[in-house]
Amino acid sequence: MAEQTSFTMPSSGGPLHSRTWDIDRSEGQLVNELIAASQTPIEVPYIEVPDDLKRNLMVTSVDALVNWSRKSALWPVSFGLACCAFEMMATAMGRFDISRFGMEAFRASPRQADLMIVAGTVTWKMAPPIQRIYEQMAEPRWVISMGVCATSGGPYFGSYSVVPGVDHIIPVDVYVPGCPPRPDALLYGIMELHEKIKKYRNLGDGSFKP
Amino acid sequence: MTLSVVSGETLAQRLHEAAPNSVVDWDETAVWVEPGSLGSVASVLHDDAEFDFKFLNAISAIDFVEHFELVYHLTSISQRHTGVVRSRVYGREEPTAASVVGVWKGADFQEREIWDLMGVRFNGHPNMKRIMLWEGFDGHPLRKDFL
Repeated sequence: MAEQTSFTMPSSGGPLHSRTWDIDRSEGQLVNELIAASQTPIEVPYIEVPDDLKRNLMVTSVDALVNWSRKSALWPVSFGLACCAFEMMATAMGRFDISRFGMEAFRASPRQADLMIVAGTVTWKMAPPIQRIYEQMAEPRWVISMGVCATSGGPYFGSYSVVPGVDHIIPVDVYVPGCPPRPDALLYGIMELHEKIKKYRNLGDGSFKP
Repeated sequence: MTLSVVSGETLAQRLHEAAPNSVVDWDETAVWVEPGSLGSVASVLHDDAEFDFKFLNAISAIDFVEHFELVYHLTSISQRHTGVVRSRVYGREEPTAASVVGVWKGADFQEREIWDLMGVRFNGHPNMKRIMLWEGFDGHPLRKDFL
């Protein structure tokens, strides 16, 4: 092959194997240029804190800090009873992305979870396990009743085997209607729960749950 | 591959020889047998080389108010045919039939479900108790007179 003076890769001019040397020389020139330009470490810091912020304190209340940290990382227990559980799974997947709220860690153990999403029809035979899972969760703990079945029995209202609302066996913080609710609706319910958690007062005699 | 259907008459002829006094009635679609002889009927149909019903599709139970009817859909994989065995069970207090768990193990949960929801007991079942509802539930909810 004839010697070439230019190191630029010809975009045309015969089949690829006839241009292979040009591609290699062009890559070598790029590496040499990068070595020549990168002899010293980059000194620019990754995060620049403004000077006035460096010398300041930030003041907040304990309630605001505690409530903010609690609501920013609610860990749900992975707990699905019926078809609503599929919408809950979809909420956790990339399209709706529950991890935006710090909630992507669906825990397999209720002892590591703060939030129980009751997703689906609650039968009387399933009621004792639900109560036990709720009691195994460490306080503070919250419950979302997802779908009309968990809220009131829904289409099975009055059935011989279905609990007429999960609030008959455990306290519920947020009800999300729908059959099943879309992931958007569940996310809205979660955001409503965030607003509720922000209103908690944790200290002193005035502590209360909204 | 389509399955051919064994007529109730063919089944009844064979059962007349192998399990006497078991057949009650028959027509083109099914053979009716005594509920107490379901176990022996099942083992005959299961072991007979000509029928070879090794697979139990499903057991159904129907409440006709004056009696319950059990429907056994059977399939033979080797012979490529199907057959239907039915049985009328009388009485509403404690209607009883014979279990076929010894022949087809898959009948286990289905017979428990029929006891749970329809209230037909199966003699010879190793674990005859409710499967979906809880012990202490009053009644059998798929009966016509429930509620």
